[in-house]
Amino acid sequence: MRRRRRRPPVVVAVLAAVAVAFFVVPVVGLLQRAPWSELVDDLTDPVVRDALRLSLVCSVGATALAFVLGLPLAWVLARTELPGRRVVRALVLLPMVLPPVVGGVALLLAFGRQGLVGQYLDDWFGIRLPFTTWGAIVAEAFVAMPFFVIVVEAGLRSLDTRYEEAAATLGARPFTTFRRVVLPLIAPSVVAGAALTWARALGEFGATILFAGNLQGKTQTMPLAIFVELQTNLAGAIALSLVLLAVSVVVLVSLRDRWFPA
Amino acid sequence: MTKRTLVALTTLAVLPFAAAQPASATSKPAGQITVFAASSLTEAFDAIAKQFEKKYPDVDVKFDYDSSSNLATQINQGAPADVFASADEDNLNKTIVSGTVTPPPVVFAKNRLEIAVEKGNPKKIKGLADLEKSGLVVVLCADQVPCGKYAAESLANAGVTITPASKEENAKATLSKVSIGEADASIVYVTDVKAAKGATGGVRIADKVNVIATYPMGVVKESQHVAAAKAWVQFVKSKEGQRTLRRFGFLPP
Repeated sequence: MRRRRRRPPVVVAVLAAVAVAFFVVPVVGLLQRAPWSELVDDLTDPVVRDALRLSLVCSVGATALAFVLGLPLAWVLARTELPGRRVVRALVLLPMVLPPVVGGVALLLAFGRQGLVGQYLDDWFGIRLPFTTWGAIVAEAFVAMPFFVIVVEAGLRSLDTRYEEAAATLGARPFTTFRRVVLPLIAPSVVAGAALTWARALGEFGATILFAGNLQGKTQTMPLAIFVELQTNLAGAIALSLVLLAVSVVVLVSLRDRWFPA
Repeated sequence: MTKRTLVALTTLAVLPFAAAQPASATSKPAGQITVFAASSLTEAFDAIAKQFEKKYPDVDVKFDYDSSSNLATQINQGAPADVFASADEDNLNKTIVSGTVTPPPVVFAKNRLEIAVEKGNPKKIKGLADLEKSGLVVVLCADQVPCGKYAAESLANAGVTITPASKEENAKATLSKVSIGEADASIVYVTDVKAAKGATGGVRIADKVNVIATYPMGVVKESQHVAAAKAWVQFVKSKEGQRTLRRFGFLPP
């Protein structure tokens, strides 16, 4: 049965139209200034190519890190009665609301060369994160991992625990149960969480530029390249922006059924 | 709602913004002006603003400090600046060529480069040549921003090739990597090291390889407070403004 469509009151319609324009006009602004004819040239420029490659490496690296660390964390949050679990969850979600620039400063003071942990990483293992590609990956993971944890935890919570209990009664060890039963069942959540994490990591700017610095081919990801290129090469910056815009649209479209059921 | 109504509504919604025309400029310096200034000017301009506002109580000066190249792009894209003070002539010229800033540029200061090092100079850096040493973390300004351009010139003059760990977005960000202890050295302006007030050490760059940075300034054509903007330019050029700039380590124009 179809519900009767209502006409919105005029004021509501006008305000809603303003909201739509507010979102659409910037995208149009970007598209109308796009150097379509030179787009291929702009995208094969060494700065742009390096930025594309680094963005791919760092965002995939951050997503992998989120998977390795975030999956166990999501399981702990969803399945155990850990005391102080609510506090842990709040701490994990903090980077989602924390301005990334603050995250960058905090990372620097923690993992920098003279940071709380960083000085020992340097003294004992010779590991230095700032100004390295690993630093960019760490910065992106810091900001993006919460998306993975929150989505996977929700997936685990909505999963009936009787599946796991059944597997356990049949003699499966916990890890086997998780790998063979739970993981396949929450696969959609894992994929959605990974996609969101990846998209967020791809767009990361503030924490990356502060913690990892900005060097072509090493830490200069696409958002950083856009920021620096904008100062002297508007066309290049727009070309890079278009790539990120296209990626965002693809992520949105591929996740539409999960997040935006029509 | 049909497509046509949507378009009409969108147009209606956007109209008020288009209709907001700048108020006519008054002749007496008054109102709020926004000065877009190179980040190396931060401390000096903050100090000059206090003196300026004392002389012109009706004027309120606000600043946007960043790399001159970034500011030039923003101004050319219509950012609401009243005055643009650049750390190089190229970027001010960019805004003049595009017709956004009124010529002629007023040169109000000069500056030189210096090596910023950690407090107490633990790596014993004596000059640009020492920056080639392996294992040294050196940070420069990005090639696109004036201090990066000047640093490249100076390094070329000295025949020194270095591999920077990072190229930061402006002079202040470059200096902060040293003051926070992440980098061993960076090349910034003399005035930046002076403004850091001992948070970093400074190592002189020999005059024969050093570069003179020229700082020009101009009033933005679309400014709604032209009188106040002009008063600011005059004040920076005045004896009082110049004395303050000298105090922060700038050279006379």
